[in-house]
Amino acid sequence: MTTSVAMHMSDGLLNAPTSILFGAVAVLGLVFATIGARRDLDDRTAPMAGLVAAFIFAVQMLNFPVLPGVSGHLLGGALAAILVGPWAGALCVTIVLVLQALLFADGGLTALGANITNMALIGTASGYLIAVVLRKLATRTRFGLVAVAFVAAFCNTVIASLGFVLEFAIGGDPAFALGGVAATVIGVHCLIGIGEGVITALTVGAVGAVRPDLVHLLRGAARPLVIKEAS
Amino acid sequence: MGAGHSHLLYRAGDSPVHRIAPHVKIVAALAMVLCVVATPRSEFGAFAAYLIVLIAVWSVAGVPLRWFAARAVIEIPFVVLAVLLPFVGGGRRTDFLGLPVSVEGSLAGWNILVKGTLGVLVSLTMAATTSQRDLLAGLQRLRVPSLFVTIATLMMRYVEVIVEEARRMRIARISRGHDPRFLWQFGATARGIGTLFIRSYERGERVHIAMLSRGWSGVLPDVNQTRPAPGVWVAGLVPAAAFAVTLAVSLWM
Repeated sequence: MTTSVAMHMSDGLLNAPTSILFGAVAVLGLVFATIGARRDLDDRTAPMAGLVAAFIFAVQMLNFPVLPGVSGHLLGGALAAILVGPWAGALCVTIVLVLQALLFADGGLTALGANITNMALIGTASGYLIAVVLRKLATRTRFGLVAVAFVAAFCNTVIASLGFVLEFAIGGDPAFALGGVAATVIGVHCLIGIGEGVITALTVGAVGAVRPDLVHLLRGAARPLVIKEAS
Repeated sequence: MGAGHSHLLYRAGDSPVHRIAPHVKIVAALAMVLCVVATPRSEFGAFAAYLIVLIAVWSVAGVPLRWFAARAVIEIPFVVLAVLLPFVGGGRRTDFLGLPVSVEGSLAGWNILVKGTLGVLVSLTMAATTSQRDLLAGLQRLRVPSLFVTIATLMMRYVEVIVEEARRMRIARISRGHDPRFLWQFGATARGIGTLFIRSYERGERVHIAMLSRGWSGVLPDVNQTRPAPGVWVAGLVPAAAFAVTLAVSLWM
């Protein structure tokens, strides 16, 4: 099942009506993301969004082995959401997917809608919601931030793979037993999620330590400077 | 654009295919892949016709067949799945070279194989004949929101910043006694990933400020302001029209 493991669906895996349906879902989601991102981004944060997209793009080239013969790579939804916010984050992941499909023939053009729905919309939204729920923990200590990044990235991967299962149930080839596909896809993505979590935690941890002003999740959480008396 | 700004798959050239306006090419490629996906899987003639049209486009573009064959290996993982399907699929069985294979599974495997391959070939044609800069200009002319194009433009710039920064960090590690071998290199790269991000950001921030101070407004200037003549659309959409006709014939027959 290497096709679905890579998460980038190819052309022909879903039938045409389903491809178009999820294309529409993706466009609708992106309209909202663009409206939201316009409020979020300014002169200073636009390059950050570009860098996050470039970083996801570059790190996706590194495939880490999860099982013999199976490898996974970063999806980046939670990373983008924590660093630049959910709206711009969804746009970043979308841009990575679109350019990969157009420039590197990675992921089918007709499957783009479904891929964007899974990785950019579902992945970013789930990663962000989990990070926001755990925000108290993240703002308290550096370890908390790293742990929250790991958990959010893990959940983002597994929940995004559920999107694939849904799409496959609607428009996949009936020659496959859905139960088997679902079990394989979700099982493998639990493993990929660990790798995703480690990369996300390392990156967010480093950025949070050096430039906490760049972490969207930590906005408004800067602690006032405490002046300690020499004893 | 210098060589440093072109991407991996681009083959510089000046063929009629290279010269077609990029936004026309994007629309055409999308239409072609949609036709392929909508074709019923047992219409073998239609798939052959698609391939013939593509080969014709390549000969016009002056890109050798070999080039595409070598790059189509991107889809090997899909082929593995497709080859397995005849043996694991259910339903009616038939004998093939003395092995029992599932008819349903064979068709399902063929379906994924042929549509995936044609999809990759269409995308590769697009990538081989369109430079990165043209592609972004094409997206811009298709009325893709400017925010989207801005992030994509910055991303293309930053990919190179990241790659260069990673190279510098690697040289710094080696000069401090690190001995990178195939796999061990991996661990060090992984541990340095957070630092790589910060360093790239701070370099990118300087680049961005430099761009702003030289008048960058967030949108790529479209050097080719003139609207393409209707002829450009017609010429660009010929292969896509050929695909559509093939699809219509195969559905009607």
